[in-house]
Amino acid sequence: MMEILDILVSANFWAAALRIATPLIFGVLGALLCERAGILNLGIEGIFTAGAMAGWMAAWLGAGLWGGVLVAALAGASFGLLHAVLTVPLGLSQHVSGIGVTLFATSLSYYAYRTALPDVTSPPRITAFQPLDIPVLSDLPFLGTVLFQQTALTMLALAMVVVVGFVLYRTPLGLAIRAVGDNPAAVEAQGLSVVVLRMGTVVAGSALMALGGAFLTMSAFDAFFFGMVNGRGWICIALTVFASWRPGKALVGALLFGAFDAFQVRLQTEVGAFVPGQVFLMLPYLLSILALVMVARKADYPRAMLKPYFKGQR
Amino acid sequence: MSDPLHARPHERKVVLSLAGITKRFGAMTANEAVDLDLHAGEIVALLGENGAGKTTLMNILFGHYVADEGEVRIAGPEGQLVPLEPGSPHAALNAGIGMVHQHFALAENLTAFENIVLGTRPLLSPSTSSRADRQRLEALMRDSGLTVDLDLRVSRLSVGEQQRVEILKALYRDARVLVLDEPTAVLTPQESEGLFATLRQLAGKGLAIVFISHKLAEVLSASDRVAVLRMGRKVADLPTAECDRQKLAELMVGHSLSHSRREPRAPGDVLLAFEGVSAGTGREAVRDLSLTLRSGEILGVAGVSGNGQAMFARLVSGLERATTGRILLAGRDVTAQDARAMIAAGIARIPEDRHRDGIVGAMSVAENLVIEEIRSERYQRFGFLDFSAIAARAREAIDAHDIRCRGGSAISRLLSGGNIQKIVLARTLDAEPMVVLAAQPSRGLDIGATGEVHRRLLAARARGAGVILISEDLDELFALSDRIAVIHRGQLSVARDADELDRATVGLMMAGHAEEAA
Repeated sequence: MMEILDILVSANFWAAALRIATPLIFGVLGALLCERAGILNLGIEGIFTAGAMAGWMAAWLGAGLWGGVLVAALAGASFGLLHAVLTVPLGLSQHVSGIGVTLFATSLSYYAYRTALPDVTSPPRITAFQPLDIPVLSDLPFLGTVLFQQTALTMLALAMVVVVGFVLYRTPLGLAIRAVGDNPAAVEAQGLSVVVLRMGTVVAGSALMALGGAFLTMSAFDAFFFGMVNGRGWICIALTVFASWRPGKALVGALLFGAFDAFQVRLQTEVGAFVPGQVFLMLPYLLSILALVMVARKADYPRAMLKPYFKGQR
Repeated sequence: MSDPLHARPHERKVVLSLAGITKRFGAMTANEAVDLDLHAGEIVALLGENGAGKTTLMNILFGHYVADEGEVRIAGPEGQLVPLEPGSPHAALNAGIGMVHQHFALAENLTAFENIVLGTRPLLSPSTSSRADRQRLEALMRDSGLTVDLDLRVSRLSVGEQQRVEILKALYRDARVLVLDEPTAVLTPQESEGLFATLRQLAGKGLAIVFISHKLAEVLSASDRVAVLRMGRKVADLPTAECDRQKLAELMVGHSLSHSRREPRAPGDVLLAFEGVSAGTGREAVRDLSLTLRSGEILGVAGVSGNGQAMFARLVSGLERATTGRILLAGRDVTAQDARAMIAAGIARIPEDRHRDGIVGAMSVAENLVIEEIRSERYQRFGFLDFSAIAARAREAIDAHDIRCRGGSAISRLLSGGNIQKIVLARTLDAEPMVVLAAQPSRGLDIGATGEVHRRLLAARARGAGVILISEDLDELFALSDRIAVIHRGQLSVARDADELDRATVGLMMAGHAEEAA
């Protein structure tokens, strides 16, 4: 029991939780933007992979770390545009299109990797983002370790929480995005284009998702592996519901999951001798499902989500 | 002309002109060469039956649809008429056209204020509105009398308040033309009066107003001019002062109306009997119902909605079982029968909510016409559905009952309410059932469709069926019923001859004052 308490109060534990949460923060923000506009984006898992692969590859080819981040965002935006074209003007099933985008983006990323590096057994490494060592702030007890020894991408994720929150709740654009996910007819009747709004939001949200992938290859690790996204995109879809489509709660949800994950790693070292390791791997997902069950019963889905809108149709 | 508005020439300025508008949806022509001028300060009623093309015309005006022929012209700064870009609500808004849709175009997750300012600023501005915007809107609310709590989410506003938000949206954008699509369909009579008072006031300030309606009374009382649409064409355009009810009704329907009359008829044997039936709990419960229904009579059940009519209807149609008491159909105990057995035994049901319970919206007209008889030999061959027989039945019903659709394969939910009711009537009454249960059968229908419902119920009576007519509409009840009973708080009064009752008595009983009424 004391061991558990020790884990929970240690700064290293919370630093790990924030690190694990970072790709999820990007992913949930992206997913909630798309869903606020009324579009479910199940392409997220593939967009993560594409972001991870494209960002790392660009950095390896010499584009620099930030160049890689930009390339990752563009890759995500491209797949977002594909999903947007299929689901908004064409009005196809968002589920089918999303899963199609995931399969396509994942396969294309693996293909590009194999084409570029046909013979390697272990992938080449890049110099990844290093923890920022901000003078004074990094030396603060606890907070210094948790917040200020993270990489720039984690800082970017935290900043995006504020940016997305500001756009959604303070700008006419955010007003229009929230309205188009509730009743597209209201947006059209005010002279705005439903198609442009929805497509633009899906493209932007997908770019954010890809940054989550880029974090994996350019900050958490320094190389690209097959299967490394490992369901993080799907977790984001669940966390979006948990967050009730709010950026602030998205941060809480991602941190909660990060904490579960960091906790299971540490618990394994404590009691791993008696219990099979897979039980611990299962733990964060199980706890996420439980948290979701408690919250999602009251979930207030955007009313027009999943419903295609065609101008001038009854 | 007595109306001062028409006497002052400068107020007869044309603000908007529709010229030769034609719109087709596939083979159906919704509008054909319609001309219409709107003048500043004038309230025009656009009158027509369901499906006459009123809403289509206004959607073209607002840019939701593009006309196949003709154009919309709007007065420019010097009063000259310039063409309006077709198919663009954005252009219509900028030209000063505001539209209040029948199904409100409001985002319910936003506040009233947010809905009003939506789209009024460039999307990338750093804030959604300024203090000055807010003050301008509050001034508008004071001037127009359209008050609403701006900071409440729209989902928490009443229907009347939501409509006010819609009008404020138009006023906030400095609308010169205000279009309202069936504005009173969702309002109580008091709210409707308030709305028309507001519209009159707005017209007094120079707004051109056009409202869509099929209710003659409000057209006569609230408009300056009436334009009548019938089957997509404008058949009349005249000052309201020159109209009366009869004239408008004839223009709208296209022929003189013959009121359905009940021929005297001696009632026959008892078909259906309730003996002390109780069921349900709470508000929808019914207690100790007793009634008899005879062959060749219409039994009216009057009552304010929510007093147990729904449970009563479910009992008659076998959807609910009685907890006590007995139900006899032609002397046979059917208390424990389910819905299919009740249909087979000859009870036909015209449900209250025709969209939800009357049809399967996603299925075709043909499928909906045969859905209750799908097990009969008539629509089967070797145990499979016989599609040619089903299609033949659809053709026959569509012709016989003038169901307006593009054939048996049309998707039912896209039809107008009147045409959906015709499907329900064809399905239930063509089989010549012994007992007909009609729950609010003309609710929400226009004059023509209501007349059709009444003709068919009277025809069922004439061939010896017993009809139970559940209605809130006293005109309808007195026009059709041989006897009338009143349901109040789940209890049914003894049915009395309609000729012995008057409207005031029934009204009192509906309100629960049985003693005063007696």
